[in-house]
Amino acid sequence: MKRLKDLIDHRLSRRSVLSGTAAAAMLATASTFAPAFADDVNTTGLAVTDDTVKVGILHSVTGTMAISETGSVQAEKLAIEQINAMGGVLGRKIEYIQEDGASDWPTFAEKAKKLLVNDKVAAVFGCWTSASRKAVLPVFEQYNGMLYYPTFYEGLEQSPNVIYTGQEATQQIIAGIDWVAKEKGAKSFYLLGSDYIWPRTSNKIARKHIEKLGLKVVGEEYYPLGHTQFNSVINKIKLKKPDVIYAIVVGGSNVAFYKQLKAAGIDMTKEKPLLLTISVTEDEIRGIGGENIEGAYAAMKYFQSLDNENNAEFVKSFKEMWGDDIVIGDVTQAAYLGPWLWKAAVEKAGSFDIDKVRLASPGIELTTAPEGYVRVHENHHLWSKTRIGLAKPDGQYELVYETTDLMEPDPFPEGYQ
Amino acid sequence: MFADYSWTELGSIFAMQGFAGLILFSVFVLMALGLAIIFGQMGVINMAHGEFMILGAYVTYLCSNIVETYIPSLFGIYFFFAMALAFVAAGALGALVEWSLIRHLYKRPLDTLLATWGLSLILQQAYRSIFGAREVGVSLPNWLLGSVPLTDIIEIPINGIFVMVLTLVIAIGVYFILFRSRMGMQTRAVVQNRVMAGAVGINTEKVDRHTFALGCGIAGIAGSAFTMIGSTGPTAGQLYIVDTFLIVVFGGAASLLGTIASSFAISQAQSTMEFFLSGSMAKVLTLLTVVGILMLRPEGLFSLKIRR
Amino acid sequence: MTHVKSLLSRQELIGLLVVAALIFVVMPLSMDIFRLNLFGKYLTYAFVAIGLVLCWGKGGILSLGQGVFFGLGGYCMAMYLKLEASTPEATAIQSTPGIPDFMDWNQITSLPWFWEPFNSLTFTLLAILVIPTLFAFVIGAAMFKRRVGGVYFAIITQAIAAILTILIIGQQGYTGGVNGITDLRTLKGWDIRTDEAKYVLYYVNGGLLIAVLLLSQFVLKSKLGRLLVAVRDKEDRVRFSGYDVSNIKIFVFCFAAVLSAIGGAMFTLQVGFMSPSFVGIVPSIEMVIFCAVGGRLSIFGAVYGTLLVNWAKTTFSEIFPELWLFGLGGLFIAVVLVFPNGLSGLYRSYLAPLVDRLISRGGSSYPPEPASPPPDLDGEANAKPAE
Repeated sequence: MKRLKDLIDHRLSRRSVLSGTAAAAMLATASTFAPAFADDVNTTGLAVTDDTVKVGILHSVTGTMAISETGSVQAEKLAIEQINAMGGVLGRKIEYIQEDGASDWPTFAEKAKKLLVNDKVAAVFGCWTSASRKAVLPVFEQYNGMLYYPTFYEGLEQSPNVIYTGQEATQQIIAGIDWVAKEKGAKSFYLLGSDYIWPRTSNKIARKHIEKLGLKVVGEEYYPLGHTQFNSVINKIKLKKPDVIYAIVVGGSNVAFYKQLKAAGIDMTKEKPLLLTISVTEDEIRGIGGENIEGAYAAMKYFQSLDNENNAEFVKSFKEMWGDDIVIGDVTQAAYLGPWLWKAAVEKAGSFDIDKVRLASPGIELTTAPEGYVRVHENHHLWSKTRIGLAKPDGQYELVYETTDLMEPDPFPEGYQ
Repeated sequence: MFADYSWTELGSIFAMQGFAGLILFSVFVLMALGLAIIFGQMGVINMAHGEFMILGAYVTYLCSNIVETYIPSLFGIYFFFAMALAFVAAGALGALVEWSLIRHLYKRPLDTLLATWGLSLILQQAYRSIFGAREVGVSLPNWLLGSVPLTDIIEIPINGIFVMVLTLVIAIGVYFILFRSRMGMQTRAVVQNRVMAGAVGINTEKVDRHTFALGCGIAGIAGSAFTMIGSTGPTAGQLYIVDTFLIVVFGGAASLLGTIASSFAISQAQSTMEFFLSGSMAKVLTLLTVVGILMLRPEGLFSLKIRR
Repeated sequence: MTHVKSLLSRQELIGLLVVAALIFVVMPLSMDIFRLNLFGKYLTYAFVAIGLVLCWGKGGILSLGQGVFFGLGGYCMAMYLKLEASTPEATAIQSTPGIPDFMDWNQITSLPWFWEPFNSLTFTLLAILVIPTLFAFVIGAAMFKRRVGGVYFAIITQAIAAILTILIIGQQGYTGGVNGITDLRTLKGWDIRTDEAKYVLYYVNGGLLIAVLLLSQFVLKSKLGRLLVAVRDKEDRVRFSGYDVSNIKIFVFCFAAVLSAIGGAMFTLQVGFMSPSFVGIVPSIEMVIFCAVGGRLSIFGAVYGTLLVNWAKTTFSEIFPELWLFGLGGLFIAVVLVFPNGLSGLYRSYLAPLVDRLISRGGSSYPPEPASPPPDLDGEANAKPAE
C-alpha cells in the first residue's frame, strides 16, 4: 500500500516536468472536461458518482492460469493508478473491483455477470484464455458491458462488446513468417503446438501463408496442455530437418519443451533449425530459463527491451509499483493499454455510456503506448506493429526487426469467414 | 513415410527414439517408486504425491539460488546437495503429514484420497503464496546441460543419462531398504499382518511413519531431478498424478517389480506411438490401452497370489 | 398416505419438505435472479452428489469419474442447443453456413454423422439418459464382473475422466475443444438467456431434483437398496446368499451416472455452455467432496453439502481470492478427520433428537407444518446457501 502511495506521489510530483510529453498532453485533455454531473455522463445507471467510477478487473488469481494472468492484473492496476494520479476519467477517480476467475470458465461467466449486473461497472479489464473469453462473451453481449481483452489470440471473433488489445493471429503470424522466409531464407517449417484452439488456428493460418509463399510444411504436431515429454517430437524434427520450428507451446509444457530441445543438442543460436515462436513472452522465459531458449526468435508486438521513451517510462513505473525483479511480456503491455484506451474513448464520447464508448472507440489513438503507437480499428482490434525479437540468455528479447507499417487486424482472414 | 530417408538416418532415429523411451521409462519409475511404496505397500492413496515432488523442485530452486549467490564456486555440484535436501524436506513433511493426518485413516483408504486431495490444494496454495504464481526457472550447472554427440544425428542428452543413473541408484536403494534392511523387513511385516507384527514387538506406528516418509522423500528426489526436464510451478504436480497412479496400478499395486515393468511397458508404448501419431492421440491411446488391460486383468501385471 | 409413509419416514418427509421449501420458496424470495441462477447451477451438482450417495455412501463404490457422466449429459444438451443456434441464417458469415461455428473454424464442411441425430429434441432427451447409462454399464460390467472394486475402481474411473478430457480437447473440430460448446441461445425457439427463462429453468431444475430425491429414496427403501448396503458391508455374505453382487453394483453405478447426466443437462441449460473443464479429474473429485461434506450416507445431506461447499467457494473467492484454496483444502481434511459423517452426521447427533421430541410432543401422526420446522433446523438449513 505504501508503495502505491509513493508511486502516486511520485507521479504527481513529476507532473510539472512532464510538460511537452504526450502524457501531459493527455492530462491536458483530461482537464478540459470539467466534471459534469453524473447523470449527464451516465444515462444507463452505471456505477458512476460525481467523483468516482467503478470498473472491474477479472482475471484468475488462483488455479493453473494464475501463472499467466498475474502480469495482466498488475498492468491494469498500474494503468488505473496512473490515470487516477492524472485526475481520473472525466474528473472521476477510477475504483476497481477485482474478481477471481479461478481458472474456471463458468466462474468467469458468473463473476462477469456479477460485475455487470450487481456492481454495474463501466468497463471490465480481464480474461486471458480464449475459453474464458468465450464463456463471458454472451454475458457481455446480453448485459451490454465493455470488455478489454489483453491476450494475443486466434481471431475469428469480433464482438461489439469487446476491445481486443492484443494481436489477433494474422498480425502475429504473417509478419513473422515473411521475415524468416526473406531474411533467413527459410524453406521448410515444422509446426508444433499445444492442443487447443489458439495454436491450432494459428498453425492453420501459418500453414496457409507458408504454402502461399511456395514454401513447405514438413510436419504439424499437437500435444495435450501440460505435456512434459517432447523427446519424440524432437526426434521427428531431427529427422525432417526443417529450416524453422514454428512453436506455439504454452504454459508448463514450454519449460519442458525448451529444456529438452537444448538437451537433445539443438542449439538454437546456430539457427539450424531456427526456432520461431509466438507464445513465449519474457514472462514465460523466467520459467524456462534464459540459457535454455537463447537464440530463439519471437514474433509479437511488444518486448520489454523496446527502446523508446514511452516504454522506458512504463518499465520504470511498473518496477516501482511491483518490484525490480519483475519482467514484462507482450500480454502485460496489452493489458496496460486497456484502461488507457477506455479513458480515451470515454473522454472522446464525453460519457460513460457503453454504447457511446463503443461508438467512440474506433479511431482512438494512443501515442503513449509503451509499444509505440496503436489505433483502434473499426473491428475493435488494434492496429499495431509486429516485431521480431531474439532471445538473450538474460531472459530479454533483442529487437531485430519491426514492420515499417502498422499491421491491420484481420480477425476473419480469407478462407475462415 | 520413411521413403525419403537413408538407412543410416533411420537407424539413428530408431536409436534416438529408443533412448527417448528409456528416458521416459526412468522418469516414470522415479515418479512411481515413491507412490508404489505409499500406495502399494501401505494402501494410502496419496493424491498429494505430485505436490511432494514439487516440494523437491522448489527446494532445488532455493538451493540453486543460494549457492549461486553465496558460494558460486560450488555451483557445479550443488545439485547433489539439493537432491539430498529435497529428500529430507519432502520426507520430513511426509512424516508430519503421516502423524497428523494419515495415521487416523489407515482403516479407511478411500478417505485418505479425500484428505490428501485437500492437502494437495493446501500445498499448491502454499507454494503460490511463498514462491508466486509464476513458474520459477531453476538454473543448472553447465555440465548438466547439453548433449554428447555420438554421430551426426544421434545426440545423447546429458540430463537424460543423469536421470537414468539416478533412477537406477534409487531403485537399487529402495530394493536394499525394503528387502535387505531391518526397516524393510519390519515394513513388509506390518504390511502383511499389522496385528501380528505388533504382537512380535514391532513398533507399527513408527514403521508406518518411516515408510510414508521414505515414499515422500523419493517423490522429493524425483521432483528435484525433474527440474532438469520439466517446469516448476505451484500446480505442476497435478500433471503427474494420473500417470503415476496408473503406472502403479498397472504394475500390480503391491509389487515394486511390477511398477518397474509397467513403467517400461507404458513408456515404450507411449514413445513409439508418439512417433507415429500426434502427441494427443498417442496419449489417449496409451491411457485407453492401459485402462482396457486393467479391465481385463484388474490385478495388474504382477500380483501377489491372494484373492481379496 | 400409507404409500408415502412406507417411502419416507417422518424425519425424511420433513427433510424433503424443508429442501422443497428452500428451493421453491425461500431462495426465490430472498435472491435476485443472478444469485438464483447461481444457486440453480449449484443444484445441478447436487444431482451428482445424490448419485454418489447411492454409489459410494450406500454401495461402497467410489467413482472419481462422475464428471464424465455429468459431461456426457451436458454435452448432449449442448449439442442440441448449438445446432439450434447454428441456423444457416445465424451463421451466414461462415464458409459453410448451418454448422456450429467451431466446426467452421476447423475447416469441417459438413455436419459429422454423430451430430445429426441431435437435431431432434426427443433424441437428445433420450440420449441424455441412455448414453451415460450405456457407458456406465460397459465400465461397470467390465469391472464389477471381475470383482474390481475399491481403490482400483476409483483410479480407473479417474483415468477415464482424464482420457475423455484429452479426447474432447484434441478433437476440437467435433467437440469445440477446450473452449467447449458456447453461445447457446434457444430451446425450441424459446430464449433461455432471459430472466423469465432462468426462473422457469430454475423451477424445472428444482422439480427434477425433488423427483430425483424421491426416486433415490424409493431405490434405497427397496430390497435393492438394502442389498446395496449389505454388499458394502459384507460383500461375500451377499454373494454366498445367492445374489449376483456385480449386477447390484452395475445397477447403482448406472443409476448414479444417469443422475449425473441429468445434472449436466440442466447445467448446460442454466449456464449456457458446456466445456471439458467439467469432465476432468478436478471437477470429478470436487463432486465427491460435495457428497462427503453432506455426509455420504444421506441424500438430503448431499444436497446441503453441495450447496455449502459451492457457497463457500463463491464467497471465499470473492472475499479472499488468494486464500480460498486453503479453506477448501482444510474443509476436505476436516470432513475426513473430524466430521466423517458430514452435515448429516451433525444433524443426526444434534438436531434429530430435538426434531423427534418435537414431533412426538405434537402427538399427532401428521408431521408439523413444513414451513415452520424447528428453529434450529431452519437455522441450519438456511444458513448454508444464503448469502
